[in-house]
Amino acid sequence: MSILIAVVTLSVIAALFGLLLGYASIKFRVEGDPVVEKIDALLPQTQCGQCSFPGCRPYAEAIASGEAPINLCPPGGETTMLALADLLGVEPVALDDEHDTEPTKTVVVIDEQTCIGCTLCIQACPVDAILGAAKQMHTVIADECTGCNLCIPPCPVDCIHITPVKVEPDTWRWPLPEQNFAAPRA
Amino acid sequence: MTEYAIILISTIWVNNFVLVKFLGLCPFMGVSRKLETAMGMALATTFVLTLSSVCSYLVNEYILAPLDLVYLRTIMFILVIAVVVQFTEMVVHKTSPLLYNVLGIFLPLITTNCAVLGVALLNVQEQHGFLQSAFYGFGASMGFSLVLVLFAGLRERIAVTDVPDVFQGNAIALITAGIMSLAFMGFVGLVN
Amino acid sequence: MTRTTHQLWHFHGGLKLPGEKHQSTGTPIARTELPRQLVIPVHQHIGETGKVLVNIGDRVLKGQALTQPTAYVSAPVHAPTSGTVKDIAEYPAPHPSRLSTLCVVIEADGKDEWIQLESRADYKKMSPADLRNLVRHAGIVGLGGAAFPTSVKLNPGPGHQIKTLIINGAECEPYITCDDMLMRERADEVISGAEIISHALNTAHCLIAVENNKPEAIAALNTAISDAGVDYIDVVAIPTIYPTGGEKQLIKVLTNKEVPSDGLPADIGIVMQNVGTAAAIYRAVFHGQPLISRIVTVTGKGITQPQNMEVLIGTPMSALIEQACGYQENADRLIMGGPMMGFTMHCDSLPVTKGCNCLLVETADQHSDENNAMPCIRCGECARVCPVSLLPQQLYWHASSKNFDQVQDYNLFDCIECGCCAYVCPSHIPLVQYYRFAKTEIWNRERDQQKSDHARIRHDFRQARLDKEKREREERLRKKKDMLEKKKQAEAADKNETEEDPKKAAIAAALARVQDKKAKAADAPKNTDNLTAAQQKQVDEANKRRETE
Repeated sequence: MSILIAVVTLSVIAALFGLLLGYASIKFRVEGDPVVEKIDALLPQTQCGQCSFPGCRPYAEAIASGEAPINLCPPGGETTMLALADLLGVEPVALDDEHDTEPTKTVVVIDEQTCIGCTLCIQACPVDAILGAAKQMHTVIADECTGCNLCIPPCPVDCIHITPVKVEPDTWRWPLPEQNFAAPRA
Repeated sequence: MTEYAIILISTIWVNNFVLVKFLGLCPFMGVSRKLETAMGMALATTFVLTLSSVCSYLVNEYILAPLDLVYLRTIMFILVIAVVVQFTEMVVHKTSPLLYNVLGIFLPLITTNCAVLGVALLNVQEQHGFLQSAFYGFGASMGFSLVLVLFAGLRERIAVTDVPDVFQGNAIALITAGIMSLAFMGFVGLVN
Repeated sequence: MTRTTHQLWHFHGGLKLPGEKHQSTGTPIARTELPRQLVIPVHQHIGETGKVLVNIGDRVLKGQALTQPTAYVSAPVHAPTSGTVKDIAEYPAPHPSRLSTLCVVIEADGKDEWIQLESRADYKKMSPADLRNLVRHAGIVGLGGAAFPTSVKLNPGPGHQIKTLIINGAECEPYITCDDMLMRERADEVISGAEIISHALNTAHCLIAVENNKPEAIAALNTAISDAGVDYIDVVAIPTIYPTGGEKQLIKVLTNKEVPSDGLPADIGIVMQNVGTAAAIYRAVFHGQPLISRIVTVTGKGITQPQNMEVLIGTPMSALIEQACGYQENADRLIMGGPMMGFTMHCDSLPVTKGCNCLLVETADQHSDENNAMPCIRCGECARVCPVSLLPQQLYWHASSKNFDQVQDYNLFDCIECGCCAYVCPSHIPLVQYYRFAKTEIWNRERDQQKSDHARIRHDFRQARLDKEKREREERLRKKKDMLEKKKQAEAADKNETEEDPKKAAIAAALARVQDKKAKAADAPKNTDNLTAAQQKQVDEANKRRETE
């Protein structure tokens, strides 16, 4: 008899709690995933696809759902990886060996002499940074170029070249002084 | 009134759950790497601990005792705690998705936080009344929050210093925790 | 006018440093020889770079504008002498980055021919805005070292009534004496400049702050004030503590007010200008001369004859060293600026710029090697001397481990890079360099963030556009399909009405009719009506031929 009471009591209470949780899950339903926005804000928006996702936002979605690691973004380098680790509270993951920890920023330049005006690069550019029309010379708006290099493969005459962004005294960065004693580890 | 004050002082400093009773050490080590996260965890635990100690008191007093089912106490308390944690998780997910992401696995793990079950069981053992139970739970969580935040602050600073190689990482964190514990032992005898 | 005793306050920290000023004050300000070639960097100030107005091969006159300001915070540069523009290209600039910047190279013709100069001795009739414009086009920037465009500082903005103008003659850094010598020799120019600035700011109170280790300068200023007969300018002798010449520190010493962390002195009713700037404004207003020269202290233990000299902007540093009888044997490194805040130059062929107040040559035993830094021992000396009351040690820890959020929480951007903390550090840690690293890194990240936000907007816009185009294309396709479908349906409806055989018959009949018609049309010549007899005959003959063939 006492077993019965125990079982019934437990079942009733468990059922009550279940109802409560069921109600709460409706009441506190989360629409969309706001974390994606925050991750997307940290990515460099080159839309280059080097992470194997078609653009920065899909990669952000993949990170948020835990499908992708945080070290897949070559243009962002170590900075982006550390910022993501910080945001998500996970351990930093080393970048692939083939990628620099601090990538040099580049833009592309179109060799006007060779360009045939095929507009293929214009269609490839994810940020509309290439100006031109069919059978007219094309040119890259350097300020808008993100250095994703997506315009290079479609070019039939290989007239697009990568050039590093020039460092001006105003954009120059002081180096971190060298420490030759036991360096602190972050 | 004094009684409640004494309960608070006792649970926060003298019988601190983490540093004196050594309960709830997993989140203490796990989410103390960053001050921000530690504060989030402290808030969530405060909420869960207070609510679960009140709920478990009610369950024990009005369901288990009249029905003579006190032997079901542990399993019942675990049920109560699990529900409160689930509830908290939903609330946190809704109100602060980032904190939800940052706390990650540690949020559901509050369920298995020994401090929570410890508080509920100690409440019964010490035969606390309703308000006493509430204060006991609240004080315990305040004590937990205090040392968690202190420890996170210390660890943030330790992270940027030149610690000898053999002590890098968790080693120095455990040593720090030990020294903190020694410091808290100093309160022994202040109140019971 | 006698000097009134002025109550003074103290700022936190600071250092008493050995002045080393007597070395370069022995001789009056020398004039330098006109160099054969001047290299004028286009960007010598804080703010936007101006637009170059001249072309290679142009002849320019002394004082002619070489650039035109492009933004509000911008300043032009002028030709320091008459000559020919030989080149407009990138040349190494005196900047810690050792990078090159766009420079205008002028080959002097030795005539030193001025442009038409216009004196505005009647400046009191000018509106503040006109005065500001005059100062702006004279290319005047803060000559204390920061090189911030002066015209911007002369505009406190609406809602800011400037109660006090402070002319900064503190010159607190060791070795530097260019302001001291200027005040001794040209006190009248400084006073006139102060009057002009007071007029531009509509201020009735002006303080000239001079450190009490420069009694000659104070005496000269007082004489000049009584000569000019102005009653609202006071010369205040202030204690010699480094960095009392810092803007916020000097305001604290003179007024006990603190400039808000993210604010400007104008927010608390104060504007500060350097004495050199005041003299330059005097020259621009009274003589119409733009800023083409400045006084530079050439000094240090590694210089044979330390002295001050008036130097044209763009003169190579080596020419100054030569005029000071060259380097001593043990000279080790050349610093632009003072020993505390200056930058080491990698060569001496760089041009003198508007912000260059001192060339210091140190000997090898004078500076500790930066690579000899020892671990921090947490003595806290740095916090004791910090004039901004920061925690340099915390800044150091967080900067060295790249915790840029925390560095900003510790108010990195209030750091004035005075170098006090590094000076007292017993472990010789180059603290300021850590702060500079963190500052430039944070700015860089902000730029990157802005750029990526911009890219995101453009990408989203493009995506939206492509989606729209796709939708429209689909819409068109769908409409076309609908139309085809309708047509088909209509035909199908026709089909249903008639039987199959009659329809085939009808089609066949129609086809036959068409063929018939075509054949007839081919057979029947069209232009055979109304023919003359001769033509008819020809046609008949042709037809006959065709039939026989």
